[in-house]
Amino acid sequence: MSEYLFWIPLLPLLGFLINGLLLGKLPRPVVSAVACVSVGLSFVLSLLLFFELRSLPPAAREIEQVLFTWIAAGSFHVDIAFLLDPLSAVMILVVTGVGFLIHVYSTGYMHHDKDFGRYFAYLNLFTFSMLTLVLANNFLLMFVGWEGVGLCSYLLIGFWFHKKSASDAGKKAFIVNRIGDFGFLLGMFIIFWQVGSLEFKTVMEQAPAMFVAGGGLITAACLLLFVGATGKSAQIPLYVWLPDAMEGPTPVSALIHAATMVTAGVYMIARSSVLYMMAPDALMVVAIIGAATAFFAATIGLAQNDIKRVLAYSTVSQLGYMFLACGVAAFGAGIFHLMTHAFFKALLFLAAGSVIHAMSEKQDMREMGGLKKYLPITYMTMLIATLAIAGIPGLSGFFSKDEILWKAFSSQHGHWLLWLVGFITAGLTAFYMFRLIYMTFHGKERMDEHTRSHIHESPRSMTVPLMALAVLSVIGGYIGMPHIFGVTNYFEEWLAPVVHGPGHQAASHALAAAGADTSMEWALMAASVILVIIAIFVARHFYNKKPEAATAMAEKMSGMKTLLANKYYVDEFYGATVVRPIVNGSLFLWKFVDVVIIDGTINGLAVISRDISEVLRYVQGGKVRNYATVFVAGVIVLVAYFIFG
Amino acid sequence: MDWLTPLIFAPLVGAIILAFVPSKQTETIKGVALIIAIITFILSLFVYAQFDKLGAGMQLTVNVPWITSLGIHYHLGIDGISLLLIVLTTVLTILAILSSWRSITEGVKGFFVSMLILTSGMIGVFCALDLFLFYIFWEVMLIPMYFLIGIWGGPRRVYAAIKFVLFTMFGSLLMLVAILYLYFQYHSFAGVYTFDMLKLMQMPIAINPQHWLFVAFALAFAIKVPLWPFHTWLPDAHVQAPTAGSVILAGVLLKMGTYGFIRIAMPMFPDATATFVPYIAILSVIAIIYGALVSMVQKDIKSLVAFSSVSHMGFVMLGLFALNQEAVQGAVIQMINHGISTGALFLLVGMIYERRHTRLIAEFGGLGKVMPVFSAFFMIVMLSSIGLPFTNGFVGEFLILLGAFKANVWYGVFAATGVILAACYMLWMYQRVVFGKVTNPENEKLTDINWRERIILIPLVVLIFFIGIYPTPLFERTEPAVRQVIAHIEQTRQAKQDLERIDERTLALREGAGLSQKVTEKGVTR
Repeated sequence: MSEYLFWIPLLPLLGFLINGLLLGKLPRPVVSAVACVSVGLSFVLSLLLFFELRSLPPAAREIEQVLFTWIAAGSFHVDIAFLLDPLSAVMILVVTGVGFLIHVYSTGYMHHDKDFGRYFAYLNLFTFSMLTLVLANNFLLMFVGWEGVGLCSYLLIGFWFHKKSASDAGKKAFIVNRIGDFGFLLGMFIIFWQVGSLEFKTVMEQAPAMFVAGGGLITAACLLLFVGATGKSAQIPLYVWLPDAMEGPTPVSALIHAATMVTAGVYMIARSSVLYMMAPDALMVVAIIGAATAFFAATIGLAQNDIKRVLAYSTVSQLGYMFLACGVAAFGAGIFHLMTHAFFKALLFLAAGSVIHAMSEKQDMREMGGLKKYLPITYMTMLIATLAIAGIPGLSGFFSKDEILWKAFSSQHGHWLLWLVGFITAGLTAFYMFRLIYMTFHGKERMDEHTRSHIHESPRSMTVPLMALAVLSVIGGYIGMPHIFGVTNYFEEWLAPVVHGPGHQAASHALAAAGADTSMEWALMAASVILVIIAIFVARHFYNKKPEAATAMAEKMSGMKTLLANKYYVDEFYGATVVRPIVNGSLFLWKFVDVVIIDGTINGLAVISRDISEVLRYVQGGKVRNYATVFVAGVIVLVAYFIFG
Repeated sequence: MDWLTPLIFAPLVGAIILAFVPSKQTETIKGVALIIAIITFILSLFVYAQFDKLGAGMQLTVNVPWITSLGIHYHLGIDGISLLLIVLTTVLTILAILSSWRSITEGVKGFFVSMLILTSGMIGVFCALDLFLFYIFWEVMLIPMYFLIGIWGGPRRVYAAIKFVLFTMFGSLLMLVAILYLYFQYHSFAGVYTFDMLKLMQMPIAINPQHWLFVAFALAFAIKVPLWPFHTWLPDAHVQAPTAGSVILAGVLLKMGTYGFIRIAMPMFPDATATFVPYIAILSVIAIIYGALVSMVQKDIKSLVAFSSVSHMGFVMLGLFALNQEAVQGAVIQMINHGISTGALFLLVGMIYERRHTRLIAEFGGLGKVMPVFSAFFMIVMLSSIGLPFTNGFVGEFLILLGAFKANVWYGVFAATGVILAACYMLWMYQRVVFGKVTNPENEKLTDINWRERIILIPLVVLIFFIGIYPTPLFERTEPAVRQVIAHIEQTRQAKQDLERIDERTLALREGAGLSQKVTEKGVTR
């Protein structure tokens, strides 16, 4: 079975090649069949390999397949090779599983688009890249997937490229990601020159011997890799591209900008957990950036009116939680939240897509309201996802978020301040999510008559994936229940060989010791549940019961509201401090340095030589023989100078 | 059997045959030129097949006395580096000829004759192992390129052509003087006159003249690369040159500079190379960043691509002067990659120029709608140019940066910013040309690229992915050559250092002896 591993990424690639090369020549049903079947088969294969992996003893859970040598020069050697272990197994199941549902959903959502074929080609290319990213057995092949998903994100954000805003957003995403990739590259360089390999297994085995724990090199390497993660996973300061990425088709937002690609940074850090454990300072930075991003993005989410933008900032915020988990060395918790988030956030986006579909492409929540009765399936599924992200006990998000908060508090890398920020953010999350639900589905119908007459529930191809994801959003958390419930945390146990390897024993012992007294854990859990419920009622009060109170409140705090609605003016700040100086500086280099200084110098020399030749003109007799004599004489003089001089 | 001579002279013979075809039979002229180019390409494939990838040293060598009285030999031979550049040359020549099919309407015969002579010159440079021969081929290339720009170029063609020739001639003359110096120096060293590169390489040269010789060669080559600040001829030449001229100029002629460094300047003057590493590395890093920044604000697509070449060739130079196996191999591959990607970019620009007779970015917009196939090709080539993984550009750039980082962390860090900037200028240009709505009515009726144009682009796209995914055949062939160059530099420097150490010791001994002697003398006098 294991020799079929490479088919998991290859199948979507074949789908891309078929749809891409025969673009515009295949009928739509064939296009969607090719796209969905390729990812579906990939999912089935992932399941089969997952069970094969599970049948192995925990310490031996590793399937590696080396295809061929990719780059070999000097001491550098990297293969095209795939590695299936507990960590990548979780990732491929999420990517192909959620990916398959979103492919199916897209057949309905994109039904009227004239570039149907191109859309599915890109979507398959994305799936291929993402699977390469998570299955790679070395940093460089991971980087291939890393840049590949960035490319697909660029192509899909700018899918409707006739819109300036869409192509701007795509370009912004690519360039901001490249800034992150710059860090990733340099991080790889340090690792390679220190360890002599980029293969994960070798690096993780050798790193403890090759790096000084806590030293400058390992800290620099981890921080540089983290710069890459802040780009891909939209963390401070490189998060700015993700909200703009909402220009893309909504299923794309669900797949790329919620469930899979943006979590790549979290995956990468979990994959390099051995390195990060050796660099406590880097871990601290990861935790602080994660917590700060979680809070910061959640506050922006409070004041957005575009339904997709709320979800975009929510994604940035939830990714912050995942980094917070990684930063307190709870890598398993980070991956757990990555998985549950993939379920409920994909669902939220797809449901939002269903709403937008029904609303004739309108996205402003101020023009919605009362959609509950028109879109019952969409409403129910979206409500389930909202309860999950808010952290209502019993749903998937509760388990994963609670684990992160507890680890932030109790881990030896944690701090009560980190917990507090995460705790407050949980309240904000519940508030802005229920604000979204109330503004969209409850209260007065604020849309115009024309739009209202066209509102309809989405077709089966769209509602079935919604329901499937709703089921996952409910049950997805039960594989990772906390120890205080008196059950085994299957998820943590499953990941243990990868993220709790030999290097982590100290940390996990400390965690176990801290967890001995369960009363604190119960208390904190209760506190966050209470906070969330209060936040929901506040949202209900402002946006359902007394909308006028919300308006009054907004007027009272208009300064704050403007600041939030304008996203703290970060884009404007970057424009003024980075973009414009670079463009103006470049113009200066071209118009002044190139044209005036360099060419000016040369022209000056030319003018001088012309003036001299004006004088020397009289030397010119027009006789070739004389020229030849002078030329030869000159060369001889020069040579003589060199030899004897 | 001598494979290289027919390869070099096939295009020249073709040019002579073309001279006998009546000027009015333009279709025949094009056909003959194309056939000659294809024959040359097939010959280069034979050479590729004959080449032993494991063999070190020069292969397929020919060495016959030519002008015996001056010690000039007709000495040819190739290693992996020249092999790849030769194949690149023959491929690009076919594509350049195909791209001129419709765009050249006047002076057809002269144009294709020039193209073929140029091809002979280029292949000759890559095969020559005798400096005299090298110099002849080097100069031979200059003339047809001068004509290509000066006759079939754009409105400011004469200015651009003269600028191109003046810059290059300036470098060439310095090189000529240096060559003659070496020639005479070798005579006083070994008692015979020779221009043989391999022999000259074995001659020890004192450090001071080595510096001057290196500077002379380096200037000639740096102008050709072009290394900042000697680059200003390039944008003018590119903007004015016809498509075929730009393709060959960017694809092959610029490589002459970097090839000259690795074939002549570096192995012949190893100490000077070591001395000048920081200067050239810094100029390369400046070129990378400067070229990218200036690219960003260009209004003409061709000058944008020209400045991007300054940036990309900066990468190649940095790789060469990082002086480790990883970076130098990366640099050699990147020479090929730049030829493919930038060649393809100029071909693409030529295609829309033929349709619209403008290259100003602002004139376009929305081409994705009217020319989807063109846009797809353009996208792939652009991605290769910005070095996306699994395209050729990544493999070279990555190794260069990896090696440069080892040589000096800051070279690696600053050069890597070029990767970000490349995305900025390329994506911005692509957005303005391809995305958006069609606003200019003249763009509405544009037709997508035809089969001839697709046939031109397909081989390049195949190469882009092939080298990106499976570069091993290239690395295998360049590995021994690069290893040898680096080893030669190291060995010579090592030997020299040992010698110096011995010198110092003897000097010290002597001084010591002198001192004691003085002491005794003093003692005696006392």
